[in-house]
Amino acid sequence: MSMVKITNLTKKFGKFTALDRVNLEVNSGEIFGFIGPNGAGKSTTIRVLLGILKATDGSVKIFEKDAWDDAVEIHKRVAYVPGDVNLWPNLTGGEVIDLFVKLRGTNNKSRREELINRFDLDPTKKCRTYSKGNRQKVALIAAFSSDADLYILDEPTSGLDPLMEQVFQECVMDIKKQGKSVLLSSHILSEVEKLCDKVAIIREGSIIETGTLNELRHLTRTQILVETKQKITSLEKVKGVHEVEGTDQGLLFQVDTNELDNVMKHISSFGILKLESAPPTLETLFMRHYEGKATSVDSGVGGAN
Amino acid sequence: MAKNLMAKTGHLSRFILRLDRIRIPLWLFGLSFFTIIVPIAFRDLYGSQQERDAMAETMANPAMTAMVGPGDLTNYTVGAMTTHQMLLMTAAIVGLMSILLVTRHTRADEEDGRIEMVRSLPAGRLSYLNASLIVISGTSIALALIIGFGLYALGIESMDLGGSLLYGAALGGTGLVFAGVTAVFAQLSENARGTIGMSIAVLLIAYLFRAITDVSNETLSWLSPLGWVTKTEAYTSNNWGPILLMVLVTFVLFIAANYLNAVRDLERGFLPSKPGRSYASRYLQSPLGLASRLQRTGIIAWAIGLFVLGASYGSIFGDLESFFDGNDMYEQMLVQVEGFSIVDQFIPMLIIVMSLASTIPALMAINKLRGEEKKGRLEQLLGRSVSRTQLMGAYLMIAVFNGLVMLSLSAIGLWSSGNTVMEEGLSFGMVYGATMAYFPAMLVMIGISVVLIGFLPRMTNFNWIYVLYSFLVLYLGGLFQFDDWVGKLSPFGHIANAPIETVTFMPLFVLTILAVGLMIIGFIGFNKRDIEG
Repeated sequence: MSMVKITNLTKKFGKFTALDRVNLEVNSGEIFGFIGPNGAGKSTTIRVLLGILKATDGSVKIFEKDAWDDAVEIHKRVAYVPGDVNLWPNLTGGEVIDLFVKLRGTNNKSRREELINRFDLDPTKKCRTYSKGNRQKVALIAAFSSDADLYILDEPTSGLDPLMEQVFQECVMDIKKQGKSVLLSSHILSEVEKLCDKVAIIREGSIIETGTLNELRHLTRTQILVETKQKITSLEKVKGVHEVEGTDQGLLFQVDTNELDNVMKHISSFGILKLESAPPTLETLFMRHYEGKATSVDSGVGGAN
Repeated sequence: MAKNLMAKTGHLSRFILRLDRIRIPLWLFGLSFFTIIVPIAFRDLYGSQQERDAMAETMANPAMTAMVGPGDLTNYTVGAMTTHQMLLMTAAIVGLMSILLVTRHTRADEEDGRIEMVRSLPAGRLSYLNASLIVISGTSIALALIIGFGLYALGIESMDLGGSLLYGAALGGTGLVFAGVTAVFAQLSENARGTIGMSIAVLLIAYLFRAITDVSNETLSWLSPLGWVTKTEAYTSNNWGPILLMVLVTFVLFIAANYLNAVRDLERGFLPSKPGRSYASRYLQSPLGLASRLQRTGIIAWAIGLFVLGASYGSIFGDLESFFDGNDMYEQMLVQVEGFSIVDQFIPMLIIVMSLASTIPALMAINKLRGEEKKGRLEQLLGRSVSRTQLMGAYLMIAVFNGLVMLSLSAIGLWSSGNTVMEEGLSFGMVYGATMAYFPAMLVMIGISVVLIGFLPRMTNFNWIYVLYSFLVLYLGGLFQFDDWVGKLSPFGHIANAPIETVTFMPLFVLTILAVGLMIIGFIGFNKRDIEG
């Protein structure tokens, strides 16, 4: 069952097109990573999802209901953490958590205490005195102590220290175990890699890649470091090999993942002494797409879905 | 050492001036323009000494003294008239200007973390404070000179150069004093709201203290900075002493602010902030609860302020009576409306001021919704199961209730003190009813805000201009002899001046219907538009 389904969403601010025919689907029990550079449209998409911005065109459904018309009904089952947590300076963290949980409709006192302990927050302090990380904790505690079916998290770990990031990841794994769905927008690729089943990459208002991490890895390159008995010749000419570089430890190069078999056959004829391969990271994928518009997106990769 | 503390003050002053390059000129223009057109209007409307003397007679009573301060009524030239009727009110507005401009570049900048950035640069620890003080001092001096020379340039006989410069200096001096007051509170309070609140409280207390003492004991009003303004007696005895006093006090306050700033940590204040609750009370856990909690302090402060305003107006009714008692000539001249006492005739004007003053907190309450939106906090509520109608409804309910309470309190204040001081007492029903007649007009003002927030959120603050317009045409309308329709452009102009006129049902009904219509339209707009954040 699809929890979130965005079809051809377009959002314009005056003449500026912030989102251009965005398609995205989050299924039940899925943790969906939403990545992209600053200003790509991540937060705009999320705000449309929450019925805070009105879509110019296209359909946006959560739980198969319209995100704009049925916002209130939908939000009873949604927990949201904004990227920029703005709180009321004269309320305490504890008061804000209670208010947020109450406004969603449910209340889970025991979870609240446990999370306040785990995130190490002082709930008696006024929000005015909180640092960015602490404000983020308030929003996270409010979100995780509510019993939602869908969690929309917009760069939830910005400002958190590594220890708290760890706590955050545990919390996400917990809700995943309960079969809940998460839409996680993030800059931190290692986090997305660790947590997410599926990923969509957005750039300049358009989704340029989407799929499971495995699917995306097929589109990218594996990095190989090899040392052979004989000197490898004419490696550059083999199909799918890129950026060959001689190092002290041996030859370093990248291979298109779908050409891996041929390349291996070619290398093995030189007598392999040592072979190290690094899996394609989301980072290389990300960088390939972001290194300016100049290097055009590879054919067969672009487009939605 | 001192040089290090003040490093780059000059640069920062220019920077602040650049930030306020529109704001400051607007204040200067507005204040000078309204000051300078007044004597022109007076010259045209009250051309002969006879007409001015007649005006002076109507002014010669404690109620007017409480409102505008004492003046030279024996020699009521155009100059003396301007000083008497305009100087004090203008000075209060100049004080407000100082409070807002100084808070902006002291505590507000600090609270938002901008001073931290400036401090990380090779700028002195006291530089930013002094840069903002330099800018406000420059603004005050510019205001004094523009108004001083501007009034002289009108070439009105009774307005000589010395008097004009003194008039300007009284306004500029008030600006300086309240800049000092605000600078000190900016050190004491930990946030901008507190700074503005406490500084405005000082301004109001200064005004009210002067109102009471001007009527009862003029020497005591030397204790109020706003008392000094009228003590200059510009265009009559031209007394420069109060100006010197203003400059001295400003100097002391500036030193105090610098000292407090030097001995405290950044982003800390002196007023203690104790830990709060770790759980939200039952009342906080709804949009309505949240909205009222956020405005609680402000509502209480305004409630006290309006009660005191009403009470201080009422407190002079006794003097008013004894003043006219046994003075046949006055009685004949003023009691033009048969069957009404002198107090009855003053009540309508006082009520207009009270109802407009009560409209301010009501509009602040509804406009707070837009303020919350701009701070990106609505997103968090709408991201939960809160509908837009519910959210706007909460703010609207508070605004309407707020207006009702404020209006009631000012009426109760007026009645309770008036009733105590007057020999035959004052009818509560009459005072309360006459005041409440303005409630529908207030609802229209709230309705306009709702429409603006719903459709033109960026224009929300424009409603204040309409409030100002209403004040000018209704309060000063009689003075300037405007045509009737000028007053009718304001919803407040449609309310009968009870108890002299009879309040009829129709206008109140039409205004209420209009208000409800505006509110419905506003809700539709708010439900349709994007929320900014």
